Amino acid sequence: MLARPHTVLAGGTDFYPARVGQTIDEDVLDIGGIGVLRGISAGVAGWRLGATTTWTDLLRADDLPPLFDGLKQAAREIGGRQIQNAGTLAGNLCNASPAADGVPGLLALDAEVELASAAGSRRLPLSDFITGNRRTALTPGELLVAIHIAKPAHHARSGFLKLGARRYLVISIAMAAATLEIADDEDGSRVVAARIAVGACSAVARRLPALEAALAGATLDHHLAERVDPAHLAPLSPIDDVRGSAAYRSDAVFTLLRRLLLGFVP
Amino acid sequence: MKVAFTLNGGAADWTGPPVTRLAAALRDDLGLTGTKIGCDAGDCGACTVLLDGQQVCSCLVAMGQVEGRRVETVESLAQPDGALTVLQKSFLVHGAAQCGICTPGMLMAAQDLLRRTDRPSRAEVEDALGGVLCRCTGYGKIVDAVLAATAAQAPDMAPAPGAAIGARMPRVDGHAKVTGRDLFGADAVPADALWIRVVRSPHAHARFTLGDLAPLRQRLAAVLTAADVPFNGFGIYPEIKDQPVLADGLIRYGGEAVVALVGDRATVLAIRDREVPIVWTPEPPLFGIDAATAPDAPLVQADRPKNLLLDGGVRHGDPAEAFARSAAVAEGVFETAFVEHAYIEPEAGWAQRVGDRIEIHATTQTPYMDRDEIANVMRLRPEAVRVVPTACGGGFGGKLDLSVQPLIAIAAWKLGRPVALVYTRPESMVATTKRHPARIMAKFGCDAEGKLLACDVTATFDTGAYASWGPTVANRVPVHAMGPYAVANVRSWGEAFFTNGPPAGAFRGFGVPQAAIAHEAMMDALADKLSIDRLEFRHRNALRVGDTTATGQTLVHSAGLAQCLEALRPHWQKAHREVAAFNAKGAPRRRGVGIGCMWYGIGNTSMSNPSHMRVGLSPAGSLTLYSGAVDIGQGSNTIMVQIAADALGLPASQFALVAGDTDLTADAGKTSASRQTFVSGKAAELAGRDLRLQILRLANAGESATLSLEGATLKVRDGGTVRSLALATVGPLIGEGTFDPPTTPLDANGQGVPYATYAFAAQIATVEVDTELGTVKVLRMVAAHDVGKAINPTLVEGQIEGGIAQGLGLALMEKYLPGHTENLHDYLIPTIGDVPQIECLLIEDREPLGPSGAKGVGEPGLVPTAPAILGAVHHATGVRATRVPLLPHRLREAIVALKGNVG
Repeated sequence: MLARPHTVLAGGTDFYPARVGQTIDEDVLDIGGIGVLRGISAGVAGWRLGATTTWTDLLRADDLPPLFDGLKQAAREIGGRQIQNAGTLAGNLCNASPAADGVPGLLALDAEVELASAAGSRRLPLSDFITGNRRTALTPGELLVAIHIAKPAHHARSGFLKLGARRYLVISIAMAAATLEIADDEDGSRVVAARIAVGACSAVARRLPALEAALAGATLDHHLAERVDPAHLAPLSPIDDVRGSAAYRSDAVFTLLRRLLLGFVP
Repeated sequence: MKVAFTLNGGAADWTGPPVTRLAAALRDDLGLTGTKIGCDAGDCGACTVLLDGQQVCSCLVAMGQVEGRRVETVESLAQPDGALTVLQKSFLVHGAAQCGICTPGMLMAAQDLLRRTDRPSRAEVEDALGGVLCRCTGYGKIVDAVLAATAAQAPDMAPAPGAAIGARMPRVDGHAKVTGRDLFGADAVPADALWIRVVRSPHAHARFTLGDLAPLRQRLAAVLTAADVPFNGFGIYPEIKDQPVLADGLIRYGGEAVVALVGDRATVLAIRDREVPIVWTPEPPLFGIDAATAPDAPLVQADRPKNLLLDGGVRHGDPAEAFARSAAVAEGVFETAFVEHAYIEPEAGWAQRVGDRIEIHATTQTPYMDRDEIANVMRLRPEAVRVVPTACGGGFGGKLDLSVQPLIAIAAWKLGRPVALVYTRPESMVATTKRHPARIMAKFGCDAEGKLLACDVTATFDTGAYASWGPTVANRVPVHAMGPYAVANVRSWGEAFFTNGPPAGAFRGFGVPQAAIAHEAMMDALADKLSIDRLEFRHRNALRVGDTTATGQTLVHSAGLAQCLEALRPHWQKAHREVAAFNAKGAPRRRGVGIGCMWYGIGNTSMSNPSHMRVGLSPAGSLTLYSGAVDIGQGSNTIMVQIAADALGLPASQFALVAGDTDLTADAGKTSASRQTFVSGKAAELAGRDLRLQILRLANAGESATLSLEGATLKVRDGGTVRSLALATVGPLIGEGTFDPPTTPLDANGQGVPYATYAFAAQIATVEVDTELGTVKVLRMVAAHDVGKAINPTLVEGQIEGGIAQGLGLALMEKYLPGHTENLHDYLIPTIGDVPQIECLLIEDREPLGPSGAKGVGEPGLVPTAPAILGAVHHATGVRATRVPLLPHRLREAIVALKGNVG
């Protein structure tokens, strides 16, 4: 079966909308019922999120540390409850939409994906997995089976902000995710490391390394937002579309990033 | 694949391809049509069911994944004897179901929540129901119903005899809507029906030729082309039948129907467009008013010079002289986009040939116009066509034009078998009408005291490829363009041009919402120039009884705008105080308050639009209202019964209703122009009264007698005497009523009486603008509406709240772009989290012509909303929106530009 061209079906929340009014006559591999692909487990090195873990599964995982708060905030913004109950984390990655709400948060968690095939398995950083608008590094016969997130060296928190033109069920105009590793010393809290990602402003969500560097060592106070500089947005290449203009996206991301960072300040 | 699962508590077996959608299996194979399909893409939530106790869109669930699991649908809620759950009853009592198409999804989403949370907060209700779209209610009554569903059972809401008018009576069709038993266009298709799939043009402007269709014809029951349509033109106006049922070599808009494939359902749906031999020659399309009016513009319709559909206007007084002596003058140009109706029920229906007649069961707003139009297309006598409206899952004007009807009728006639057609969501969006994009140039002048002196408005509309309701829009707008104000010197002009856009037709307000954006911006500007409060400026100019309108009509009754404004005044002042306190904090979020006013002529513009109603009392004692008025969710079924009941003097609960069927009812006109309560309601009142008078004559009783119906005996109490009429011996009694609102034609200067009465309204919006992101959150709306008399306050509020939700969409998010927003995730309508809490203030300035003084309210709810919101945004930011929707990027760019100008 895996040798033939096929489409993988999990939660169905991207599969069916792409086939409205069409008879489905392609080969489909339904992985929805494979129990080992679903669920969240913690190990010494970090966490494994099974491919078919749903957004609701994530939201109900009470034992996850604050590192996952940002991803959970993203989960709450994905479609309505119906979509959160059915849609899977891996599906969001494999669909590879530029506006995928799960991607910036996972980029900011430095997530890796585990790909398996009859030939064996391999791991890729998420940033190498999504290669373009609706394109991934999956080879024929390969399946994304899990997402791995390493334990950060320091205490870490994360956050997520989404901008849309309505409250629910909305495709993002722009979104931003941040993970900050934080260490306390006698002067207060300090950012040891930062991982920042922006979605819907380029064909693939992008990390912002210059901003991350600018944040390293910063004191966690209300001046944190002042470290955001428009030049940090250089990796982005927003477009004009029905949801907003390119110039607006750049402008809005600047605001989102500042607000996102202020959200970390006690 | 065989799938065994638990369905509504019982064991179920299903066999079929595992990728089959659960929604399709439930509806097509398991007979549970309570689950509705609005988009098949997870965008609308109408198909929400519970899977292992969690809400999911059943259109996104593969049957292969249902094995061994638990599915619960709306049919699981009520007891087998029809007894409702607390939640369902709460929906009924609160008026949470209007058209009812989203109701099963809303109920199941709420059920999921209530099982997890005994006493949810408002925010929790919004989060839980956020995935289900409703286009009718504005959501407030749904939220209230869910919040109240934990309380004790509501009392019985049946009004006492003679007290139906003014009562908050639950909808007479409500039980069917909250149990999933109401049958919409796609719900009762006969099992042996053939199906149609329409092949549509991917080009907005093209010529085409058809190749050899014989191979397709061998696989199918029929392949219909333009050659199969006896008279290949339809349109609203008798003299403008310009839209082909199937295009004949020339495409004028993207999505136009070209070929209809008729056959076994699976077969026709499996045929891809590329398998149909069509050779396209695309040509450059003409988009927008500027392109259509350019000197060298090609003609969209060859016999329409200058691409002009029609123009005309109103002239009164001497505007030039009045502008010259005005102390303040304001001017502006305002533009609006195509707007999609986005009812949650896509067009659907089926037809069958019965001897030498054709019978159409379809979702519609206008069975009688459909009947006559189908007869014309098929070259049959109208009597040979029977239209049986199904329940209508929302219309808002979009189901006033033919959609599926002519194709199913022609195919069923030809093949002698039932034939069905159910539009997909994208098909519904590309093929059917839209709100007219408009460019409104407005100029208003007033004296130093703020009294309006002059008005000059030119409203130019993009009417798309075909006329549809374009003439109605272009006629109605000049009458309303000065707003609900007394202005002595007026020039107003309406004109509509053909383009290669989708046909622009009827949409709640017929162009008046677009014009109101302009005239209300002018009121704000003049008030600001003279430093007069914006509400007081409007109050000073409000049309009142005794005033003469720009068409020369003197208002003799029921002009309640001033009362609306007076009712709003304390809310206005309070909102201003609160907003000022909030803004004093100096945050990037700024609040503002705005106000919008409107008037709206009820019924057709200067055209006869009669309604006929019948009330029958059978020898067996069954009491039936035969109503040709179609309830599209607004509640006319209930309103007509309430009115007829009190006119007759028997309880509303004793009425049965036969609605819409053209064989069984009389013509009550179309459900549009806010006319059903006023026009058909008056006919229902007259019919009830006619029956009452017949009974009183039979009983030789006086006018004050009281009636009671007990089985086949009618008791008439007159003073101390009681007479019993044995209906079996009296024979059938029929009361009849007809009403046609008195109007006169408009002359060349637009002078005359275009409408017998007008609704008036004013609304206040409080908004919060995120000035850094350009987003607008509407925090609160207060709406004061002069409805003459609220026959059913719950239903009236439902119309206002639903209209406000659509007005909010018009102002802030809705823009239909052909080729780009042909689904419900790229085309955004407000969700449960976008519509604020709404307070309705009902003003009852009685209209003597209407039933118990009632006027219409269907469209007025929407008209003042966008002006109020845009005024509030201006108040908050200084930005006056001249293009809607005011999307975040447009507002942010304007805020930046304004700061630049100031700084």
